[in-house]
Amino acid sequence: MNRKIRLTVNGTARAVEIPTYRTLLDCLRNDLGLTGSKEGCGVGVCGACTVLLDGKMISSCIALAVSADGHEITTIEGLAGDERLHPVQQAFIDAGGFQCGICTPGQVVSAKALLDAIPNPSDAEIREWMLGNLCRCTGYYKIIESIRAAAQPSRA
Amino acid sequence: MNAFEYAAPRTLDEALAVLGEHGDEARVIAGGTALVTMMRQRLVRPSYLVSLREIAGLDRIEAANGGLRLGALATHREVETSPRVRERLPVLAETFRRVASVRIRHMATVGGALAHADPNQDPPVTLIALGARVEIRGASGRRELPLEEFFRDYYESALEPGEVVTGVVVPSLPAASGAAYVKFLPRTADDYATVAVAATVSLEPDGERCRTARIALGSVGVTPIRARAAEALLAGQRVGADLLRAAGESVRGAVDPLSDHRGSAAYKREMAAVMAGRALTQAWDAARASVRGTR
Ligand SMILES: Cc1cc2nc3c(=O)[nH]c(=O)nc-3n(C[C@H](O)[C@H](O)[C@H](O)COP(=O)(O)OP(=O)(O)OC[C@H]3O[C@@H](n4cnc5c(N)ncnc54)[C@H](O)[C@@H]3O)c2cc1C
Ligand code: FES
Ligand code: FES
Repeated sequence: MNRKIRLTVNGTARAVEIPTYRTLLDCLRNDLGLTGSKEGCGVGVCGACTVLLDGKMISSCIALAVSADGHEITTIEGLAGDERLHPVQQAFIDAGGFQCGICTPGQVVSAKALLDAIPNPSDAEIREWMLGNLCRCTGYYKIIESIRAAAQPSRA
Repeated sequence: MNAFEYAAPRTLDEALAVLGEHGDEARVIAGGTALVTMMRQRLVRPSYLVSLREIAGLDRIEAANGGLRLGALATHREVETSPRVRERLPVLAETFRRVASVRIRHMATVGGALAHADPNQDPPVTLIALGARVEIRGASGRRELPLEEFFRDYYESALEPGEVVTGVVVPSLPAASGAAYVKFLPRTADDYATVAVAATVSLEPDGERCRTARIALGSVGVTPIRARAAEALLAGQRVGADLLRAAGESVRGAVDPLSDHRGSAAYKREMAAVMAGRALTQAWDAARASVRGTR
């Protein structure tokens, strides 16, 4: 039971034929070759697979690709400009917001969504927004610092 | 996951027709957070999925008879951040805010929170304490049920095959009332509750005695549970700290928790009494404060 679906992925129209049971994460990684989004838990808990669906962050591991038919997806690959990293990406590098990197695409996409929704978040707002993105390496402080720096470079 | 057919109709009537045609084999999908997880784990294998996501207007949050109506497709995040909900029933916005993470709240829907009928979910607890009614549509028409009658057993609701939850209607609280939601979750902030309690208290016009109270609990039985004995202890009474504590203690008789990785049945019963006392105290204090505010 295959289906042809149309997605706008990082601003580009894509058409792809997939089985109905394909998760959005597998579709992005295997059918569209966008392997930046990771699978950590596969059950919505860890945030490694975070992408934006029509601008809202979701777990792509528990989303069906067919449900995204006709909608817009933003992945980690869509954040940087031609020669320039997205400010959140740059801040994660500058402030040391990652170590092994497996959680990082999800952290960065979630942080971008946060700054889109709340351009200058308080620490409490950063913590509440990011609590669904798990990281086994950084101890979280550096991630919060990175987001603070991206929001307001002077405060970092 | 198993193979299945997928339809994303644009109207409710079409969705009902497809559901009717495929009977037990078909399943509704909304946010997909519970259903896709269960399908990935091969706990369910529907052969037909009918998505509600492309039906316009099913996500509306609107005023209704002085209260609120939440459309089935409204996401948890939309309820949490709705200015209308925050103004009229802040306890409801706060309850939805306590579900999982922002990311999951962008996906999970009001209808899914009810139809999934997991007794560990947050929204049903507060909605029962507020006296909400669930709206159901099927091929043969529409019906409405008090939400507390909707939950029948572990993951089992009053929905018949082919029926869809279209929304939930929540009456507003009378004047001189207070409400509180207490979610006890000692493990992590995005966990399901170990014990959850919602309470509402309405005062007599004198502002001194309790007219009515409603208490509902989650995670302490196979369905959300309403603690009527505790409510009866408070109705008509001049309430003080001792009576609030006694009412909290009385929920021990109403709950029937299961032992699991969040705690033993005995521990949850103990915590249910403590948390019920706290929720009632908060609701009482809020009711008293609302009276002082208007005088
Ligand atoms: C990691 C994680 C953590 C979570 N933590 C919490 C928590 O702490 N507290 C909490 O309350 N919830 C929590 N949830 C959410 C909750 O468990 C359910 O996943 C969610 O409420 C289901 O909503 P949905 O719209 O995604 O439903 P779906 O997954 O689409 O559907 C769930 C079930 O309901 C049926 N259904 C859905 N909508 C309708 C409708 N309108 N009419 C008829 N049937 C319908 C489906 O057929 C299916 O059987 C969590 C979920 C995840 C993934
Ligand atoms: S892989 Fe999707 S939330 Fe963990
Ligand atoms: S950087 Fe290793 S898990 Fe986050």
